[in-house]
Amino acid sequence: MSRRTVVTGVGVVAPGGATRSAFWDMLTAGRTATRRITFFDPADFRSQIAAECDFDPRAAGLTPQEIHRSDRFAQFALVAADEAVKESGLDLAAVDRDNLAVSIGSAVGATTRLEDEYVAVSDHGRHWQVDERYGSRFLYQALVPSSAATEVACRFGAHGPAAVISTGCTSGLDAIGHGHQLIEDGDADVVIAGAADAPISPISMACFDAIRATSARNDDPEHASRPFDATRDGFVMGEGGAVLVLEELEHARRRGAEIFCEVAGFANRSNAFHMTGLRPDGLEMAEAITESLNQARLDPTAVNYINAHGSGTKQNDRHETAAFKRSLGQHAYDVPVSSIKSMVGHSLGAIGAIELAACVLAIRYGVVPPTANLENKDPECDLDYVPKNAREQRIDVALSVGSGFGGFQSAAILRRWTS
Amino acid sequence: MTRAVVTGIGIVAPSGVSAEEHWRSTLAGEVRVDRQDGTLAGRVPGFAPEGNVDSRLIIQTDRWTWMSLAATRQALDDAKYDPAAHDPYATSVVLASGSGGNEFGQREIQALWSQGRRAVTAYQSIAWFYAASVGQTSILHGTKGPNQVLVSEGAGGLDSLGAARRVIRRGTPTVIAGGTEAPLSPYAIVCQGTSGRLSTSGYRPFDADADGYVPGEGGAVLVVEDAATAQVRGAQQIYGEIAGYAATHDAHHHEQPAPDCAQLVRAMRKALADAGATPDEVGFVMADAAGTPALDALEAQAIREVFGRPVPVSAPQGFVGRLCSGGAALTVATALLALRDGVVPAVGNLARPGHDLDLVREPRRLDTDVVLVNARGFGGFNSSIVLRRHREEGLRDAG
Repeated sequence: MSRRTVVTGVGVVAPGGATRSAFWDMLTAGRTATRRITFFDPADFRSQIAAECDFDPRAAGLTPQEIHRSDRFAQFALVAADEAVKESGLDLAAVDRDNLAVSIGSAVGATTRLEDEYVAVSDHGRHWQVDERYGSRFLYQALVPSSAATEVACRFGAHGPAAVISTGCTSGLDAIGHGHQLIEDGDADVVIAGAADAPISPISMACFDAIRATSARNDDPEHASRPFDATRDGFVMGEGGAVLVLEELEHARRRGAEIFCEVAGFANRSNAFHMTGLRPDGLEMAEAITESLNQARLDPTAVNYINAHGSGTKQNDRHETAAFKRSLGQHAYDVPVSSIKSMVGHSLGAIGAIELAACVLAIRYGVVPPTANLENKDPECDLDYVPKNAREQRIDVALSVGSGFGGFQSAAILRRWTS
Repeated sequence: MTRAVVTGIGIVAPSGVSAEEHWRSTLAGEVRVDRQDGTLAGRVPGFAPEGNVDSRLIIQTDRWTWMSLAATRQALDDAKYDPAAHDPYATSVVLASGSGGNEFGQREIQALWSQGRRAVTAYQSIAWFYAASVGQTSILHGTKGPNQVLVSEGAGGLDSLGAARRVIRRGTPTVIAGGTEAPLSPYAIVCQGTSGRLSTSGYRPFDADADGYVPGEGGAVLVVEDAATAQVRGAQQIYGEIAGYAATHDAHHHEQPAPDCAQLVRAMRKALADAGATPDEVGFVMADAAGTPALDALEAQAIREVFGRPVPVSAPQGFVGRLCSGGAALTVATALLALRDGVVPAVGNLARPGHDLDLVREPRRLDTDVVLVNARGFGGFNSSIVLRRHREEGLRDAG
């Protein structure tokens, strides 16, 4: 492939920090944003904690009508895209909009709005034949999550290919991977690529309660997300969004853009095993990692930071530890591995984009974000998980991985840009 | 360049639960839209998961996934392709999904709000979300190649085929692609009503009396293969090549189409250029045919602009309704059957042609190699695909 993809802008809406800089401050300080749920009364739920965004869509620049018609996940996507595009210095009046594309990941789309509206049209679940007169005028936008890609495309006048990518918890990585492939294939020169999800709602909490996937450490929410720790008891729900401006290298050079890093490889595989279960061998994730390294023409020993999926379930932590060893060999023991889900929770489809944003910033600032709350490693997780404190270190090659319901396994390689 | 060809077709649609039944019904011009409980819709008559889907899977999955699994089974059988007989990484699943597991989701939210959170089943976490059909298909058939789920409403079926070609070009030789949708549960119908595009009297694309569309369920799943690999394994048949594909977005308004049709024209022209085809080579067009006067007029204008001649235009979806992400996949399947048999089916449910187009009124004999298919998604998505009859000569070249 002769067309290369670089990152020229980053925007983030995350728990604990509604801007990119607040997000990065939080990660490097090792602070956590997990707390008792405030969006509804969680008393009846098994898991009563989440990483919520303190997000004011008006203050973030959305119009009253955009807010009225859009679910919170689409609002996150718009605000993160705004920040990323602004940061990139892209002159929208000068850019060829026909080659400006949009790729937005989301696992569960407008689930919160769909549930809120359902309560009204069904009168608290009393009627199966629902009464349309109680529904919002904008319910169709909620039913089809592609509305988020439409909102972003309209905001920036992007006439290139647009899509929502919805591969569950790897949606964010896969949406950015899709954007990268659009550039490689010559279908776009610039892609507004990222992901958003806003799943802190009764139905989402209830469905993960039912399979005991989420943490019930309700008496200690700040320390509840504990990837790789022996005392972990599941993931902590999160929400948010992140968007990267991906740009074809020569396009970025011509306009003198600041280049953060290169998207040097992306690959995904499926485990063909189980909708929620993972085999402990990490085979398919390792395949994705190896393929992404091949695309980047890098030896495994070149990787000097791994942003783990690190959801904080026992099977995940062991699965990916095995995948790192399988794909990187002995080098897996020497490379720092961390999970920012310890701080910002697991925002389903959004987190893959938020984690890639963290990798871009880690490369730029030479800091490895820590794994918060890691006190005692699970003995079967024996790598360097960067416990509690960030580490200053030059990063040339960062690997980010994701794993999701349905068996999806994804890996991306970001490489420091040196002109 | 690697060439992507379709070697298997599976259909679950109001017109039939097999490719041949669908094709017979379509050529016969049978309108498969009816009114039940006051709602006009295209329903798959008598479709039950039993016999199509493993009983353990039935309770874990939504109707949309049942239809997807059933169509996949048909497509694999048609292609005589068993993923289990190949390297697991040699097969991918790339489907479109516009609205997820509607009936399952409504049932679970209903249970939550009427009975409390303990009434929510363990399967909600894996049945409702948009990736459920792809995940279940990949697990059932043991495929480990790159999976993808595309959401772009009515354009999704074409976008999944475009994405399938990307996957093939990156080295995975076989992709299960297409899409189904099951948006007829009460809440999904209410949601669709707010689009302002539903008709209460019938879906009559390109008709002078068109006043919206009727929703339907079902779709199609195709087996798409690298041409060289298909030849080596001795594929049963090759329906045609995905020769060109392009997608654009109006980027105009969150629900209204752009007042010109510039981006739809651009999608069609880019798809033709991608296929290395001229407009004159195209034998017929399968239109998106949204069924509202404004959207139909825009597409008619776009077709006239691209072709500059009265190219035959069809839209058999008028017989079954619009199937959201399943719709365009079904249209592609129909177009491939039309290429195979040299017969273009009629525009569905057309009584009084309302546009200056060569609308196909009765099945028409037409021996051609190239067809262009359009699909648009709510909010401004435009996708076009060019299908070309496969030539054995080309196959040898590819090998």
